[in-house]
Amino acid sequence: MLTHDKIERSVPLLIILVILTISVGGLVEIVPLFFQKSTTTPTNELVKPYDALRLAGRDIYIREGCYNCHSQMIRPFRAETERYGHYSVAGEFVYDHPFQWGSKRTGPDLARVGGRYSDQWHRVHLLNPRDVVQESNMPAYSWLDRPLKEPNIGAKMAALRKVGVPYTDQEIAEAPKAVQGKTELDAMVAYLQGLGLALKQTR
Amino acid sequence: MSDFVSGFWNIFVAGTVLVSIVACVVLLWAQSSATHNPGSTTGHVWDEDLQEYSNPLPSWWRWLYYITCFYGLFYLVMYPGFGSFAGQFGWTSDGQYQNEMKKANEQYGPIFKKFLSQDVSAVAANPEAKEMGQRLFLTYCVQCHGADGKGSKGFPNLTDKDWLFGGTPEQIKESIINGRNAVMPAKGVKPDLTGDQIKDLSGYVRSLSGLSADSLRVQRGKELFGAACAACHGAEGKGMVGVAPNLADKVWLYSSSEESITETITKGRENRMPAFGEFLGEAKVHLLTAYVYGLGGGEPAAAAPAATVAPAAAAQAAPEPAAAKK
Repeated sequence: MLTHDKIERSVPLLIILVILTISVGGLVEIVPLFFQKSTTTPTNELVKPYDALRLAGRDIYIREGCYNCHSQMIRPFRAETERYGHYSVAGEFVYDHPFQWGSKRTGPDLARVGGRYSDQWHRVHLLNPRDVVQESNMPAYSWLDRPLKEPNIGAKMAALRKVGVPYTDQEIAEAPKAVQGKTELDAMVAYLQGLGLALKQTR
Repeated sequence: MSDFVSGFWNIFVAGTVLVSIVACVVLLWAQSSATHNPGSTTGHVWDEDLQEYSNPLPSWWRWLYYITCFYGLFYLVMYPGFGSFAGQFGWTSDGQYQNEMKKANEQYGPIFKKFLSQDVSAVAANPEAKEMGQRLFLTYCVQCHGADGKGSKGFPNLTDKDWLFGGTPEQIKESIINGRNAVMPAKGVKPDLTGDQIKDLSGYVRSLSGLSADSLRVQRGKELFGAACAACHGAEGKGMVGVAPNLADKVWLYSSSEESITETITKGRENRMPAFGEFLGEAKVHLLTAYVYGLGGGEPAAAAPAATVAPAAAAQAAPEPAAAKK
């Protein structure tokens, strides 16, 4: 009979059995997610791929590490939906590669921040949060008001198309023009103002 | 019906889960027949001196293991997890959420309803409603209007008597429900303004509020004002509710500095209050209207019955705007 003594003495056997054991969790909890309608199809027609400017803004969001303090995942609890709006559903994130759900809330959740504030508010707030919210402990991103450099925006969109985001050839071709002459601040505001609009109006 | 794209995944998940749990039980059961030599070691030495006793597993651990496995099976019968089987309890995260909302509505609904049926000025005078309104304000409004309701540069102070879009209960409610858009075009309605003319206008606008300004510029600015600004701000710069701010008072949405006024005229200004009606719902909007109305700057409603209550409400609220501070 196979005893732990045999497994301990054979490193290859130990490796194989460990991989088999821990893969069960991934096989039943992760793999089927790629074959579920709720996780692979957009929630409604309002869930759209990010346009070029928003995509550029999203990359700045990632560059600046916004996800370290802001989640984008409203859980189905009253305490959260009262404050943020309808809880997040998987079909809202089908075009996010990778998603920005995050796991820490030093600042508020941003899943439905789109339309909650004016563009002007975001501009002031990103450059120096204390100008609008005195109590804020968010760092100032004072350098964002500078020209957006996105020479590879078309290539980024083409790469995203490979993983299932339905960009058209025309959208990819027009992408460089869409980000031309914009600032990083413009891109960030465009990204933030588009977040969570699919289920915005229902609590 | 099932969320899976094909029936295979149901069988895949259910099968893997079941096989795994059964395998866990079988593994321990099979190992329990192994021979042990209590007190002596297994004979395997590694890292020079590490050895292991050949003792049987403690029975408390063994039974805990079996119980865990059977609890896993029980859980799969009761809760979702076994493929697309929904579980005997019929639990869903959305169901739990709806239940929570229903309970909350039963508990808090009547309180909201009570205030919804009352007049805004009456609600503003009610201390309980004021506390509720303040909490709502601290959740939904402070980011722009500040914890004390006094706003910040570009975001209006709600505690003074200067109202861009009106301070009657109806107008405040309208602002909250549908939001407001405010746009001042660059260079007003005279796009050919030169930099020097803009400085003249800044000087004149400052003089309207009694602030110091170069008298020559004030004189020249006054002549330009009619063509460039009066269409919205009025001939005397007193503005109009819902159209353009009063330039002749001491209230400044941006700043009274010459640089700021010059910037405003050169680039224009644009800001927006988002619509909160659909998100907050009627009852919360009503409480917030009353809270903002009671911050001290509210104007009496146009309707006669409200007007009789409003002064009392305003008088009560006025001495304590400090209550809005945390």
